[in-house]
Amino acid sequence: MSGDDGALITLEKVSAGYDRKVVLRDITMSIGGKDLIGIVGPSGAGKTTMLRLLLGTMRPSAGTVVRSPGLHLAYVPQMETVNWNFPLTVVECVVTALVRGRRLPWPSRAERAAVAELLDRLSIGDVAKRHLRELSGGQQQRVFLARALITRPRLLVLDEPTSGVDARTRHDILHLLAGLRAEGISIVLTTHDLNGMAAHLPHLVCVKGSIIAQGDPRRIITPTVLEMTYGARMEVLLHLGIPLVVEAGLDAESTIVGAEL
Amino acid sequence: MNGLVDPLVYPLQFDFFQKGLLVATLSGALLGLTGVYITLRGMSYIGHGLSHSIFGGFAASQLISAQYYLWGAGLWGVMSALTIIGVTRRHRIGADAAIGVVTTASFALGVALLTHFGTSGPSFESALFGSILGISQTQIVMLVAVAVLTSAVVFLRYRALLFATFDPDVAEVSGVNVLVTDAVLMVVLSLSILATLNIIGVTLVAAMLVIPPVVARMLSDSFVKTLTLSTVIGAVCGLVGMYASYLAEVPSGTMIVLIGAVAFVAAMAVANRRHRARVGAVAAAPR
Repeated sequence: MSGDDGALITLEKVSAGYDRKVVLRDITMSIGGKDLIGIVGPSGAGKTTMLRLLLGTMRPSAGTVVRSPGLHLAYVPQMETVNWNFPLTVVECVVTALVRGRRLPWPSRAERAAVAELLDRLSIGDVAKRHLRELSGGQQQRVFLARALITRPRLLVLDEPTSGVDARTRHDILHLLAGLRAEGISIVLTTHDLNGMAAHLPHLVCVKGSIIAQGDPRRIITPTVLEMTYGARMEVLLHLGIPLVVEAGLDAESTIVGAEL
Repeated sequence: MNGLVDPLVYPLQFDFFQKGLLVATLSGALLGLTGVYITLRGMSYIGHGLSHSIFGGFAASQLISAQYYLWGAGLWGVMSALTIIGVTRRHRIGADAAIGVVTTASFALGVALLTHFGTSGPSFESALFGSILGISQTQIVMLVAVAVLTSAVVFLRYRALLFATFDPDVAEVSGVNVLVTDAVLMVVLSLSILATLNIIGVTLVAAMLVIPPVVARMLSDSFVKTLTLSTVIGAVCGLVGMYASYLAEVPSGTMIVLIGAVAFVAAMAVANRRHRARVGAVAAAPR
């Protein structure tokens, strides 16, 4: 996070946009070792642009992006962007990412063993030979996570990993990411899902064209920050110390049944 | 038994048929292999477009040198293919629209140049209709060379080509130079079309780039199986189509496309049957 000397990536007063239209302005943030950061904001806030800056697929129009030398990162795209009609099995999808080194089409014995071990660890070993479209939403997300992890990245970047999945799958994915972080992988993800993130992520960045607030969710999730980020009034309730967000105008106390207020 | 074998063996005594069988089979396999990457990128129309573009290149390059027109046409095709990639990447238009604009303009330019400055020669006609039975030794050598080159590219760049075709954005982040990979694919595609165009003709090139991959896709959910099946189906269509052409006394290009169409209908029936069986199995599964 900001001010970390061992930062993997540092954005210093960065601005970026498309066709002269500035989407992000004056962004300063830093990603360190074992960070788990959620970037939240409404559609069009610049979340994906921020990911592109981190991934290096987009250059800033102003400011500097500094990466630690030899940083190896991996990217998990939004599931909505995947071509589900493409003829590809789970194993093929994961092996495809092993583009460095070996040139031959078929995986080596060591590659096969590494892929099998990873798929088992992510609980998708039993669907290894299935087509991607035949899997559940959670399994599909895990396949693309496996494709990223097989390259042993230092930094994992995920675009909306909890979009379109049920609450149980969302919980599983975030639990899995927390486990990866404990193993030393830094993680940055984007999301619309404020409540899910607050419970699982130690660091949030609220974005709307610029950084509105960043830090511990318990500190930065406030009605003022939410209104500046989303442009709508929201109430924040604390449940077991975790901030829960409800839209203003609803009867908050009756909406959060059993909440410790 | 002889009644079955004779029609297969008898035509092989003719030199023209042996050569025709070889080039039809090899052309089918080559286009079937290349076509997988093209159809999966949603660029099925590029076969039709580039063959017209190269046709324009034939026309234009004859103005400079009748001897080296093949090189001119090849260069014209490669430039057209690279222009399509460049336009698609830099501007917000789809690949289909870029193909439509670049290849028709390229074709029109070649024809305009020829009409104004020169005259149409025999190679111009064969570029349009193909001449599978009158194929020269040079054309066979060129076809074999392009087939070997294409196989080598697919073999040695298999993972990069697959990654860049399936998920170019993530491939770029993962260390694949997508621009170079796309350019290599376009060069190989242009050479494949060039090597087969004046053997089997514009229509057949376009058909054989699309039909075998689509048939293979309907029969398999795995990429490596689709790639292998498409190559084999292309080769079989070429081989069976040549025999059917000889036996039915119908032009070879026509029969090869018709065999491909039959394979497509059969694959559709198999795919439908599989789908029904899968739906039935899900419905019958205990809950």
